[in-house]
Order: sequence, then C-alpha cells, then structure tokens
Amino acid sequence: MARIVVITSGKGGVGKTTTAASLAAGLAKAGHRTAVIDFDVGLRNLDLVMGCERRVVFDFVNVINGDARLHQALIKDKRLENLAILPASQTRDKEALTPEGVERVLEELRQDFDYVICDSPAGIERGAHLASYHADDAVVVTNPEVSSVRDSDRVLGLLASRTRRAEEGMDPVREHLLLTRYDPQRVKKGDMLSVDDVQEILAINLLGVIPESKDVLNASNAGIPVVLEEDADAGQAYEDAIARYLGEERPHRFLEVERRGLFGRMFGG
Amino acid sequence: MGIADYFRERRSRRNSASVAKERLQIIVSHERAERGGPDYLPMLRQELLEVVRRYVTVDPDAVRVEVERDGPHEVLELNITLPEQSGSEVSTQHGG
Ligand SMILES: Nc1ncnc2c1ncn2[C@@H]1O[C@H](COP(=O)(O)OP(=O)(O)O)[C@@H](O)[C@H]1O
Ligand SMILES: [Mg+2]
Repeated sequence: MARIVVITSGKGGVGKTTTAASLAAGLAKAGHRTAVIDFDVGLRNLDLVMGCERRVVFDFVNVINGDARLHQALIKDKRLENLAILPASQTRDKEALTPEGVERVLEELRQDFDYVICDSPAGIERGAHLASYHADDAVVVTNPEVSSVRDSDRVLGLLASRTRRAEEGMDPVREHLLLTRYDPQRVKKGDMLSVDDVQEILAINLLGVIPESKDVLNASNAGIPVVLEEDADAGQAYEDAIARYLGEERPHRFLEVERRGLFGRMFGG
Repeated sequence: MGIADYFRERRSRRNSASVAKERLQIIVSHERAERGGPDYLPMLRQELLEVVRRYVTVDPDAVRVEVERDGPHEVLELNITLPEQSGSEVSTQHGG
C-alpha cells in the first residue's frame, strides 16, 4: 500500500512543483516505486519541470472521465525506471476533477506504487482540497516571508480538519515543514525570518531547508528535477530532506553564510 | 556611502525580520483561535468591535472571541482590550 504525500502551501510560487519533482525523483532514485500527480488543473507545469512535456498524451482528467486508462496516461520517466508522472489537464473547467474520480485514481495508484506524490495547486479552495484530502503525509512548503508563513498555518488548519484522516478519525496527517528559498545572508542581516522563527510559529517537524539557488532555475530550464543535479546546493538540500523523510538523521546544511573575506562581509549585498 | 554612514545605518534600522515575526505571531494566534470554532465567530467579533467602538476608540484587534471546551460545556470567551490610558481590560465569560 502506497503512502500518499501532498505537497502544499496555500501561497503560490513558493516552490511546490519544484519540490514535488525533486521529492518524486529522489524517492524513485532511492528505489521506491513513485508516482507524481499534477493537481494544478489549467496550469500544467510539473511535466515541464520533469522534462516530459512532449510525451503527454492523456492527462488526469482524461482518466477521470474514462477517456483513457490510467496506464495510458502515466508517463514513465526516462531517467528513473521507478518513476511515473500523471500530468494535469489544460482544461479551464475547474470542476473537471471530481472527488470520486480523484479517489478512484488514487486507489488504483496505491496498488502499484510505494509513494504517490500530489502536487497541489495554490490556494485553499477546491483544487487544493482535492489534492490533500487523501494524504497520509503533507510537505508544507514555506518561504521565510510573512504571507507564506501565514498561509502555511491556514493549510495546517485544513490538514487537521478537512482531510479523510481527520473526518474518519484516523491518525492525523503527518505534517512536515520544508522551508525553501532560504537566504542565510539575509537572515544574518536581520532582513529575513530565520528557520528558528518559522519553526517557532508553525511548530511542526522540520524536514529541511532549501537555499535560494540559481541552480533551481537552471534545472527547470533543462527539465531536470534539481535533486538529480549532484553539484547543486539546492539539489543536495533536497536529497537530505528526502533521506530524513525516509527516516535517516542528517544534520541541516546551508543554514549559515559561507565564509567570505573581510571586504565581502562589510560591503557584501 | 562612507564607513561611518554604513555603521549608523546598521544601528538605526529596525530589524525587519523581528517585526515580521512579531506580526506573524499575533495574526496566527488570532486565526488559530477562530479556527475550529463556529462559523459565526468572525462575524460576531466584527459586530462586537463595532459596538465597542461606539463608546471607546480601540484597535481593530482589541476584541478577541474564542470558544473553549470545559468538560461538557462550551465557553464563549470575550476579551476586549481597552486603550492604554484607561488602563484596564474588560473580560466577560458566558457559559452556553
Ligand atoms: N530554492 C529555490 N531557489 C530559487 N528559486 C526557486 C527555488 N524554489 C523555487 N524557485 C523558483 O520559484 C518559482 C516558483 O516555483 P514553483 O515550484 O513553480 O512554485 P509553486 O509550484 O509553489 O507555484 C520558479 O520559478 C522556481 O524556479
Ligand atoms: Mg506549482
């Protein structure tokens, strides 16, 4: 039986899709059969970040409507044999995902995979609710910035009340904080909330801290999940976070400013 | 910018991250208090605020409304913080 993991945040543009791509690729690389679903109806993006956009034939809504079978719509990753992607539909109809359809697809994926990663759309409305409803685990992607932290807290409220686990009185969804786009330099200067500040406010388990990094853009330009870029600091941070998710203990890296000369320290940005 | 200016600016600038943290702690605790309570809480809070404001000038966040469980009872707890000079806090509780 697979575990279902939702990547969520409330606020848009914080790094959910980047995280979904890397978490899925990292789990597959570690040997787990992994499927990743793009729930962002109308704003399909995960396929681009994963580099399989030209192989999309059918999508999530086609499967729900019975226009295609699940195995026809799943795209097998070319790099990792354990990894499959279910792309979002480009339809403008936000009602295209139905609760029953989503449940049916997730149940089918549960049979064949170890992990099913759900890349949630932004917001706390219908799409986000459908993406998180069946979750066993949640990765709450947060930027060190007021509106993102506040939205994350709202999302935590929904995870505790409006998921299947909450409604059926099962063990609660396991919540993990992933702090992304972290800039130690700005934290040191007092311009940015620190990881301790954010953790104190949200009070959930810290899965990892992903630094602000140009490697993320380079990787998405190339259609490669950044976790597969071994030299990238953000890639290494994702790899650590995935190892922690799988139960390993790893120290947090990339929290401190890299050592620079005196000149750099006094006048650096 | 000269060295002296650089240090002067550093000293005078208020640390924006600590401002952010303080604001977040307040708003998040308000929103958590309203969460899980009955749907009418935000409206009730708003209307109470309007009534209080007919008599006293208070901040928008001066009225807090929370529902707490106390054994078999639900307790509606109202907290209204008056401005500094009147120097007191009115607090009433109503079991229901
Ligand atoms: N750690 C990071 N460093 C730099 N840029 C990032 C980082 N994480 C995400 N981004 C960029 O932020 C933008 C939004 O990311 P995305 O994953 O699409 O967010 P979401 O899915 O939450 O809307 C993208 O341009 C992405 O390249
Ligand atoms: Mg996205």
